[in-house]
Amino acid sequence: MGSASSTLTQYDIEDVQEHCNNLFSQQEIVSLYKRFCQLDRNAKGFISADEFLSVPEFAMNPLSQRLLKMVDGLNFKDFVIFLSAFNPKASMPQKIELIFKVYDSDYNGKVTFKDIMEVLRDLSGSFMSDKQIEEVLIRVMEEAGYSKDSSLLLDDFVKILDHPGLKMEVEVPVD
Amino acid sequence: MELDLDRPNIEDYLPTDSIHEPLGKLRLRDLLDISPTLREAGGAIVDDSFTRCFKSNPPEPWNWNVYLFPLWCLGVVVRYGILFPVRVLILTLGWIIFLSCYIPVHWLLKGHDKLKKRIERALVELICSFFVASWTGVVNYHGPRPCARPKQVFVANHTSMIDFIILEQMTAFAVIMQKHPGWVGLIQSTILESVGCIWFNRSEAKDREIVSRKLREHVEGADNNPLLIFPEGTCVNNNYTVMFKKGAFELGSTVCPIAIKYNKIFVDAFWNSKKHSFTTHLLQLMTSWAVVCDVWYLEPQNMKPGETPIEFAERVRGIISARAGIKMVPWDGFLKYSRPSPKLKEVKQQAFAESVLRRLEDK
Repeated sequence: MGSASSTLTQYDIEDVQEHCNNLFSQQEIVSLYKRFCQLDRNAKGFISADEFLSVPEFAMNPLSQRLLKMVDGLNFKDFVIFLSAFNPKASMPQKIELIFKVYDSDYNGKVTFKDIMEVLRDLSGSFMSDKQIEEVLIRVMEEAGYSKDSSLLLDDFVKILDHPGLKMEVEVPVD
Repeated sequence: MELDLDRPNIEDYLPTDSIHEPLGKLRLRDLLDISPTLREAGGAIVDDSFTRCFKSNPPEPWNWNVYLFPLWCLGVVVRYGILFPVRVLILTLGWIIFLSCYIPVHWLLKGHDKLKKRIERALVELICSFFVASWTGVVNYHGPRPCARPKQVFVANHTSMIDFIILEQMTAFAVIMQKHPGWVGLIQSTILESVGCIWFNRSEAKDREIVSRKLREHVEGADNNPLLIFPEGTCVNNNYTVMFKKGAFELGSTVCPIAIKYNKIFVDAFWNSKKHSFTTHLLQLMTSWAVVCDVWYLEPQNMKPGETPIEFAERVRGIISARAGIKMVPWDGFLKYSRPSPKLKEVKQQAFAESVLRRLEDK
């Protein structure tokens, strides 16, 4: 792989920058491109699930399978758009939208009790029983004014999660 | 968290901000907020310490302007047109001398094992010197030369198979190696047999029992050559060290660390075995200006009382990394070829579960 920026033209960089609402600087986009090419071993133009899983830090993340569904097969532009939710300058609604999408695995715009339980199962593994998860979830949902049959929409998520403590920032190393 | 003596505590190395220790009652917001976990995943996608270990670092291109470019072209002509043929000549000469001495000695001195071994050892050191000359290798050796004593093993950080050649030209080590195909495999099974080599197959490395037994037998043999082990188990790019496998450290012998650091200005000596074959790698070296490196023979270490083999391995890794000026990462080199153990994920899941259940108790 030669110098990465030679295969990415200025036009490409500006195009990608526009699509992520200028959240990333041009240098960061070049860095991300180098990273993309590093992960995309045979220069297919997208990173396969297997190649993502070859990053041990990613593979051992409890939510890796859910994220894989969202990033598998993305081309570079969509890869950057996906990662823009992790930019320090990204808006709170944008970050919460990513969280919502992780829960809403069937992409119907609604997060049900069952959806939340599944995510909690991923996060706790074999260390919490289904019964325990259900009990905890029912309790906190009722306290927040929702029932077991409630479906949460993106607006509900924004209402619940929007607080200054929500940080989801990843720095792009620029050499 | 239970102390698993079989692997070091990775949490010591990785950032542990995945679960905040929040105060107060558990609310829906706390349960739904997966942002720390997502942040870790996003961080791993953008950059991770494991992939960094295997990134080739070609020297910066400096030929980018009108004055330097012709100079670079001249350099290319000199390297490929003059240096390379001369080096091929030297190497060929070396092989001729080596084979014309080795083959007779191997067959004719069959009865006189001790003499045979001594001559073969010297010849192996000779051919390694020829190899090193063929890359214009400039090696600075620091520290006392290794001597053959029973109950000792040598460990070094691993960047390329040339590590072995560079060390071998000074001392005829026996080595434990991955069996390679092609001409390398041929050399492994013929010439290296004479200095004593132990083979393993990475896919069968799970069969640690056999390898362990062979190691122990070798170390205990009084007139076996000193054993050289690369505990990382794979080639790393000489900016980092990955975790040492504990096999070399549970033999009950003294461990003598050796640190090797290549000077990148001249050539990147990292052998990216996924990208190039060893032949390509050698050709790359033979068409560069020089291979410059430092080798430090460090103070022999013994397992301290109460130290586990893993702790011993990590301590020696620390000594080697400090001497070579390279960073340590908490990853197993074999992750290049396989997925991480589910135990790593379970550690995180357990922490999450415990935090939730604990907060449930505080009403």
